[in-house]
Amino acid sequence: MRARLLPHPLLTVLVALVFVFLMNEVTPGVVVLGLILGFAIPLLTAPFWPGRPRLKAPLTVAEFMLVVLWDIIVSNIEVAKLILFRRGDSLRTRYVTVPLDLEAPEAIALLAGTITMTPGTVSADLSADGKALLVHCLDTGDPAATVAAIKARYERRLKRIFE
Amino acid sequence: MPMLIDALIAALILAGAFFLLVGALGLAKLPDMMRRLHGPTKATTLGIGALLIASMIYFSVARGTFSIHELLITLFLFLTAPVSAHMLAKAHILRATQEREQLPPTGQPSGWATLDDRRSDGM
Repeated sequence: MRARLLPHPLLTVLVALVFVFLMNEVTPGVVVLGLILGFAIPLLTAPFWPGRPRLKAPLTVAEFMLVVLWDIIVSNIEVAKLILFRRGDSLRTRYVTVPLDLEAPEAIALLAGTITMTPGTVSADLSADGKALLVHCLDTGDPAATVAAIKARYERRLKRIFE
Repeated sequence: MPMLIDALIAALILAGAFFLLVGALGLAKLPDMMRRLHGPTKATTLGIGALLIASMIYFSVARGTFSIHELLITLFLFLTAPVSAHMLAKAHILRATQEREQLPPTGQPSGWATLDDRRSDGM
């Protein structure tokens, strides 16, 4: 019964929050309307959500977001330095392969997005079986260390959140 | 408005403008397509982030009401920037044949998704 009325509880909360943010005010009317939308939209779009990832460790989500935010700031400064003070040809640019331990598609998508937002790396492609990620590094002296850092900082936390 | 808040807003706007400029510079200066992709994907997130924080502080102080819809811009930016960068990279791998020789092996039985698809189409 609960599953049929609220097919995607997290989406309900998210839609309601986005609506309140969009209206830019927290009044009872706005919150109620947001909750109605949050209730109706997941019901109407339920067929589009075949898999429903469960968040196993909600606290890790906050930790993951803080780590990523910090890395975004650091990566911006690093990339700015590379762009301003180094000649483009002198960068040790190369592709690396990151073998994936993650299996949930949502987790892999989140990892690929995170890699793109953080230090000097852009995720470029996924292997056809979804078990390895192709990452382009702007400047890396030690590709193995880059891969190890991605696995330790992001993948380990995502694995705890989703699997 | 207190001096201190004015100074904070000005600093945030300047920092944001600086990182946006660096992102644009990277796009223009770096030598090849994949390296150019690094400028806009990163420098812009912090650049726009700083501008939006400045906007939140300004409207919260000037109007006296809490302004939160800037957070949505950040959210949607974080959702769309990596996806479009990923699609650009995939399109580049598919189109630029000399790029393919630089790709490392997947370490898996199957190849990279972009090129694997092409082979199964009978190319």
